[in-house]
Order: sequence, then structure tokens, then C-alpha cells
Amino acid sequence: MIRALHRWPGLVALALVTVLSLSGAALSVFPGAERIAAPQAEAGMTVATLVDRILSAYPGVEQIRRAPSGRITAYWFDQGAPGAAVINPATGQGAASADPNQTQRWLTNLHRSLFLGDGGRIAMAVGAAAMLVLALSGVLLVTRRAGGWRHWFARLRGPLAGRLHVEIARIAVVGLVLSSTTALWMTASTFDLLPVGGVPAMPVEVSGETGFAPVLMPLLVATPVAELRELSFPYPGDATDVFTLKTDRGTGYLDQGTGALLAWTDLGGWERASETIYMLHTGQGAATLGLVLGLMVLGVPAMGVTGVVVWLAGRRGRPRIRGNQPAGRAETILLVGTEGGTTWGFAATLHSALTQAGQSVHTAPMSAFAPDRYAAANRIVVLAATYGDGAAPASAKGFLDRLAAADHAPDAPLAVLGFGDRSFPAFCAFAKAVAAAAQAKGWPQFMTIGTIDRQSPQDFARWGRALGDAMGVDLELSHQPVLPLVKTLILVSRHDYGAEVQAPTAILRFALPRATLWQRLVGAGFARFDAGDLIGIMPDGSPVPRLYSLASARRDGFIEIVVKKHPGGLASSQLTALEPGQTVTAFLRRNPGFRPGRGRAPLILIGAGTGIGPLAGFVRGNARQRPVHLFFGMRHPDSDFFYGEDLRAWQDEGRLTRLVTAVSRGTKPHYVQDALRGDAAQVAQLIRDGARVMVCGGRDMAAGVADALAEILAPTGLTPAVLKTQGRYVEDVY
Amino acid sequence: MKSLLATLALTTALTLPGLAMARPLTLTTTLTNYGGDGAYLALYVTDASGAYVGSLWMAGDKSRYYEHLSDWYRATGGDTAQVNGITGASVGAGRTLEITLDLADTLFDAGYTLRIDAAVEDMRDSPNEVAVPLTTAGAGTPVTGRRYVASFAYDM
Repeated sequence: MIRALHRWPGLVALALVTVLSLSGAALSVFPGAERIAAPQAEAGMTVATLVDRILSAYPGVEQIRRAPSGRITAYWFDQGAPGAAVINPATGQGAASADPNQTQRWLTNLHRSLFLGDGGRIAMAVGAAAMLVLALSGVLLVTRRAGGWRHWFARLRGPLAGRLHVEIARIAVVGLVLSSTTALWMTASTFDLLPVGGVPAMPVEVSGETGFAPVLMPLLVATPVAELRELSFPYPGDATDVFTLKTDRGTGYLDQGTGALLAWTDLGGWERASETIYMLHTGQGAATLGLVLGLMVLGVPAMGVTGVVVWLAGRRGRPRIRGNQPAGRAETILLVGTEGGTTWGFAATLHSALTQAGQSVHTAPMSAFAPDRYAAANRIVVLAATYGDGAAPASAKGFLDRLAAADHAPDAPLAVLGFGDRSFPAFCAFAKAVAAAAQAKGWPQFMTIGTIDRQSPQDFARWGRALGDAMGVDLELSHQPVLPLVKTLILVSRHDYGAEVQAPTAILRFALPRATLWQRLVGAGFARFDAGDLIGIMPDGSPVPRLYSLASARRDGFIEIVVKKHPGGLASSQLTALEPGQTVTAFLRRNPGFRPGRGRAPLILIGAGTGIGPLAGFVRGNARQRPVHLFFGMRHPDSDFFYGEDLRAWQDEGRLTRLVTAVSRGTKPHYVQDALRGDAAQVAQLIRDGARVMVCGGRDMAAGVADALAEILAPTGLTPAVLKTQGRYVEDVY
Repeated sequence: MKSLLATLALTTALTLPGLAMARPLTLTTTLTNYGGDGAYLALYVTDASGAYVGSLWMAGDKSRYYEHLSDWYRATGGDTAQVNGITGASVGAGRTLEITLDLADTLFDAGYTLRIDAAVEDMRDSPNEVAVPLTTAGAGTPVTGRRYVASFAYDM
């Protein structure tokens, strides 16, 4: 709902808000320029003194105005010819032309009415309203995505366009809300929709005399120039006319024969509010604020472009849910938690099967969980993937918080289906967390939690039959997972190791496939990847992809993986048999949980065997010479010391601080966890200093490393578990 | 030049019950190229003592700006009823405003004065921009305003 409120005004009013923001940003420069250019009155100068000076320079003066910038303009007649000038208050003489700036005038007319009069003003007001709706709905979306107000400035993940969009928005939103609200107020005021205060009635009785010198008038003597807005002189020869003085406080009339104040009206509340709003919108009288707002709205065109890119990318990534019912009318609510989007495919299949079975179904991301709106729901089904070590995937952000914050659990019972990969220890961990949270909240579950291993269509069909039984309908779910966009990769070189230790292994280097401009913009496919991301190889003869960790980043200019040939392994056999020039079909899968991150904190990289791949990639990419300590376990240095020469070169270049190796073959087997223990004091010190630990390799090795680290850290009071919750201990295990 | 032609069935103080006692009058106001946004113009009539008699036309439809037509505003207290039904758009720089209306015979050669107040955003207010006596002899003779009006004439 909120997303739609954000999307449609954004797309429809894109051109309008772009014109508004660009012209507004250009206009924001003028108040500051005027403030700098205008000669300012000295502190404490009175209106009487100013009038006296101007009168001696221009005896025929009719009106004196002071702009919020401090610029003073006088208008006079000299022998019947009208004259006007910006006045230097120190001398009363003209200092510059009073003609309006034509550029500013043109921009102002574009900004407020597109040169189209009242129709244009209304169009621009609609644009401002769209901007306000966008800003407010955007705030809700960012809050929801980040998981609460406290995370407003949390680090962002995902493709460039989306990150840029939010990055700009969370700064600029203040200015956008302020500018659009004040714009709407000003439009309302222009169209007389707001009450206006009156000018005081003309005094009936005047002295009928003329010629009292303004310099002696008590009110002009008492009024500082800083408060002056406007002083109009009586019409020459008309004894019934008066001086009209407008200040920050109000309007009054002064007798031209006695100098006495004849009438005074204070500014009303509405006028004060309108003037404050005018100042906030235009920066007239608040030049710095104006410039800041101008800078903020400059983000609007950038947000427009990135917003459209995000929208188009989203349309491509997610299958269309046909016949999605409104949340308030649906009997079954499907909530989807997914990181990369594959679970949407399952949701679409389930949605259409349920719809065919006569159900009305509403499908939405888990992050849109709004139990109050599910008025007609008989059941709620959650399809949840897991992100990293059991964290909520992107489209499920905030779900658990919202469930915990709810007064009571929804009335409609729940079924949870988890998606995951059994080879990971945190298999379906997030789905389990959802089920546990539901139980804790007293939310009844009409089915025990189901799990789908590696997008298995068989698992899904089986669960679907169970769901159908629970609902009393026949449910046949036949889902063919949509494979990610695959590319053909050409092998350019291979480096062989390990034949002597009966573990033939190859470092394979593929050429970068060409990325389209679109892929570069949205960071799709191989247009953006880092060491530690995963590559899915599609072996001949199996529809199931095999994942390998990348040892290179996009900027390295190639795709590199380390592959050990497993006896009977389909993909590894095909890969290790590849010759340069031959090809393989593959796709990219991001692995944002396994990244060294930014900053200068030391890195402790721990790996064994082919697990060196991503770690070597991190070292290769360490151009900023962050301290990196690499612990590497191998069988024999003469046989499977992967990247041996490279590592020495990287050490010389300062990319690698220290290399500690452990050799397992020989008289005294030595594993990487033993190497860590041997270095316990320094490892503990590094971790106390904020080091980040990254482990890559087999499950047994990872478990051994965790045990060793627990021992090493015992004296410090830290544990691997604590480090994990702080995000300082990450594993990529297979 | 774009011109505005309006035939008025006047409902102000200036109309008389029988049109036989009125004559059609065309007011032509041409503005200079003063280099600003559209001008607000108030066309009205005062009597021999300078007292306000009635309005003929208001060019400019946002009443919040009327206070800048200061003489007219003082005379009427900003009463928009005075220009109800005889209000049009503001007049751009260099443009011509042409109005045709029926004006009572008795207003001619009787000491009445036709006045124009003018105002432009961010430029000077110009009350008393034009003040011409309403005489049959003066018809068709163009006069120049003080600041914004290049020429003004009334034709019978």
C-alpha cells in the first residue's frame, strides 16, 4: 500500500517535480546573492535617519521598501519622471538598479506556474503535493526497510540504484517535506483560501496641515531600519493623505502635519504564519536555509532516475501475481520473505493454485505485514527464505519487530514454510525464528513448519498437498524454479595443483562477460560482484546449479574460482577438465554476508584448501593496505600451496601483512586451527583491537577454528558467538 | 497586441436605470515594456472633490494584492464587491487592455475624473498612474501614465 503510494505519484509527477526542484534549486541562490550585494544599514540606525538621508538625495521620494535581505529600495518622481534605485543607507544615494532581475523573474514564473497562469499554479501545487506524498511514504518505506527509526542511517545493501535512492532521500527528505508543505500553504494563500488580516482603516481625521519633517516623527525615530518593511509618503499637495508605515510588527498611519501616529494595527497570527512560511520557502530573510534547501532538492532528479530504475528492476525480478486481492478482502494472506527474489516464484505458483481452488488470496512481502488489515483472513501463510546466518531476508525486514510490537497475535492461524539449503547450518533459520516468535505470541499454527531444500519442486509439491489437506481443498503445486539469468563464460587460463597429494585442484580464470548498460545501472548479473560472492555453475546433465566462491572482484577484470575435483562430482569433474577457450554456463549470486567491509580494522582471514579462494580475492583487492593476517591450511607446500607466488608478491606490495601456513601431510600434521593456537597471543590482541575474522573452507575446519578461537579468546571474555552477533566473525562454509 | 474586449452590463454606482441615458465608451490602455510581471490596474472614477464614485474595471484577480493599488484601496477599503463582475486578468508589459462599457451621460463634463492605479510585483506601486477629466472634448486624446501606462484614451 505504502509502496504504491510512493510509486505512482513518483512516476506520474516525475517531470513536474523535476522542473519544480531544478528551478527551486536555481532560485535558492538569489536570496544569498542579494544579501551579499545589498548595502546594509549600520546597526541601530533608525528609519528617521534613513528617510532623512534619502530625502536629501531624492526630494521627490514616494516610497521606501526594505527587503528581508536588508536591501533598501526607494521610488521617487523627479520633475514628473519616475525613478527607483537600491539605496546605500550610509549615504541615502542610489547604489544599484532597482529593476527586477530578469533571470530570477523567469525562474520564479516557471517555478510557480510554468508560465501558464492559474492553471499552471494549480499544476505546480499538484506537483508539490506529489512531492509531499513521496517524501512521507518514502520515510515510511525507509523506516520499514531499515527496521525502525533508530536505524535511519543504517548502512545500505543491494544494487547501486536503490542505495543511491535511499542515500540521497534520507538526507534530502527534510528539505522536501519543508519545501512542499510551504509551497501548498503559499498556493492556498494565493488563491485566497486562507484568512488574511486587514489593513487598518484610513483615519478619518487628520490635522490638515503639511510639512512636518519625517526625521522628527517619534515613531520613525523609535523604529530601527532592521524592522522597516515599507514607508509610503503622502501624495504631494493632498493635505488629507498620510504617511503609511509597515514594520515587522504591523501597519500604521502618521499625520504629515504633526507627525502623530493616527492609527496602528498589529500583524495578525495568520499573516505572521504566512510570512514565516514565505521565508522558509523562498529563503528571503533566511538565505542560508534557502541554500541548504536548494541543495537538498537537487537530489530530486537523481532520486527520480534511480527510483525509475529500482521500479523497473523490481518489475523484472518479481513475477506478476495475477489477481492479487486487497488485503482487507482476502481469505488467505501469503507473505513472502526473500533476499534475491526466488521465493516470489513459489509464492506466485501457490497464489494461482489457491485462486484456482476458489480462494481469494492476497500476496505481499513480509515487510508489509499489517495484521489489522486482514479483516477477512482465515489463514496466513508465510514463505520465508533465510539471509545469512538466520537473519531476515530483504523483503521480510521489520516483520518480527512488528509481530512483537502487536497487541495480540492475528486471529487467523499461521503456516510457515521455510526455504533454504541443508548444507548450511542455519537451514531455514529465519523461518524457524518466525514460527518460534508466533508461538511465543500465542499465534496458533494450523500446520507444523515446512521446509524446502534448495528450491526443490518435490518438497514444495509435498507441502502443498499437506496445506490442501489442512484447508480441505485439492492443491497441486507444480513449480519450476526460474533460473537466474545465465551467461556463457570462456576459460582464459588454468593453474593446476595437488596431483601429487591425490587432490587435483585448479584455479580457473574466466573472461568477464559483457554487461549491458542496464545491468551496470542496476548491478545485475556479472556487472557487479566482489570476492566472496558466489557463482552458480550449471553442469551438463543436471538442472541443479553448483555454487563456488569467487576469488576475484569485478574490478580485477576476470572471474576466478578454485575448484577441487571430487571423485564422481559432476560439476567439479567438468570444470577441472576445462581447457582454455572452452566454456561453461553460469550465473551470479550475491553473498553480501561474506565481505571484509570497509574500515581500517585488521582482518584475520582463515582458510584451508579451496577455501583460500575468496580470501585470496580479499587480499588481492586490498589496495589500501589494511592490515591482513592470513592463516592458510594445506596438505603440502610443494603440491597445493594455492596462490603461493601471488601471496608472496601481495606481501611485498603491502596487501598482506602476515601469512601463516599449516601443513597437514608429513610427520607432524599441523592444521590451521593449530596455527591459530600457536599465535594465540597476537590473535587475541588483534581481536581486542577490533579485528574482523573471516573463515572459509570445509565444515570440519570451520568447527575446529571456532573451538580454537573460543580457547584463545577465553581470557579476554569474548566468544566467537559474541563476535558473530557483532558481525565481526563471518563464515563461508561448504 | 492581444486585446481584451469586454462589454459590460455595469452594476456599479455608475450605471443608470435606462441605457438611453448612457453612452458606450471604449477605454484603451497600452502598457510600456517595463520589464516585469503582469500589471494590476484599477480603473475608477472620482468626483470633483476627489471622492470615490465607482469602479469601471479591475485587471488582476487576486484580491490579496489589491492593497498595492493604494489610492483605490484607501477609497474602497479593499472592498471586492466594488469590482465584482468587472474583474479580469492582469495586463502584461507592452500589452493593451481594451474595455467597452456603457457610462452614464451625467458623468461627462461634470468635474468627474477617470483614474488608474497600477502595481507590479517587485516593482513600485503607482497610485494615480493616470488621472484624466471625463469630458466629451477630451475623448480620443491619448495621455501618458506616470510609470507603466504608455498611452490611455477613452473613445465614445
